[in-house]
Amino acid sequence: MGEEQQSLRELQHIKRIMEESSRFISLSGLSGIAAGVSALLGAWISFDYVTGRKDYIINKELPVPHVSPNEYSIIFNTWIFWIAAGTFFAALISAFIFTWIKSKRQGTPIWGNTAKRLLINVSIPLVAGGIFLLRLIHFKTFGLVAPGCLIFYGLALVNASKYTLAEVRYLGYLQILLGIINLQFVGLGIYFWAAGFGVLHIVYGAYMWWKYEKS
Amino acid sequence: MSNPIENLNKIFDSRVRLGIMSALMVNESVNFNDLKELLVITDGNLASHLKALEENGAIKVQKGFIGRKTNTTYAVTRTGEKAFKGHLDALEKMIRGTK
Repeated sequence: MGEEQQSLRELQHIKRIMEESSRFISLSGLSGIAAGVSALLGAWISFDYVTGRKDYIINKELPVPHVSPNEYSIIFNTWIFWIAAGTFFAALISAFIFTWIKSKRQGTPIWGNTAKRLLINVSIPLVAGGIFLLRLIHFKTFGLVAPGCLIFYGLALVNASKYTLAEVRYLGYLQILLGIINLQFVGLGIYFWAAGFGVLHIVYGAYMWWKYEKS
Repeated sequence: MSNPIENLNKIFDSRVRLGIMSALMVNESVNFNDLKELLVITDGNLASHLKALEENGAIKVQKGFIGRKTNTTYAVTRTGEKAFKGHLDALEKMIRGTK
């Protein structure tokens, strides 16, 4: 009986060290909630802008591209671009703050090998997706931007789940699923985007907070 | 029937060594400071356990530099990996056997 307990404790110790040394576990549930709130705010602010140009978003035929060097600067001069950028940074900074607090409390350094690995693996699908989406915007296929965001972000999460809390994988699956459904409802992207980046983040964050940090 | 305790490698007797091996099994290599933070032990304590593992051929040491600072990293050897897996099997048998 004593030996059994001893072996069990030893295995638990091994498991814990394996997890802690290979995964970034300071990710806070509150970060998810903060990112979700930022996303909902961003969607709310841009709602009129996006829905007011509905005819522009549902473009049934892909226009023949007229490549002009000025097109990207036109994108950067739109309201929607700055709302998007603001939303992104608000989400990033608020998410960072809560994870920073959690890592402080746990006594684990926030910037270590596990954080570095997580960041690299999250970035690969995101950067590739970002370039792809810029191209979609370039060809004025705006209706595919929201589903594209959801799908690439979902892929990034699935990829990241090997390097952080394993539950992130399920959030990734749901984002991909939402994105794929959104492909059938082009023009309603803002709702799907708000559901994925807003609601799912908040639900996931609340669940993770409840599971790991409540005490 | 063989006694599973015989298969429990003496070298993995200590919690610290077990911790070192666990970390090295799931990472290509880990440096001294990361191990120290992970296991929450003193420099001297960690160094002596690392030395014991190295002398037994379970881990290999690589000394390098990051800028001017020395950066010593550790990785498991084939022998170490085999021994550690054997140790896990023995632990499993012990839990199953005493049920």
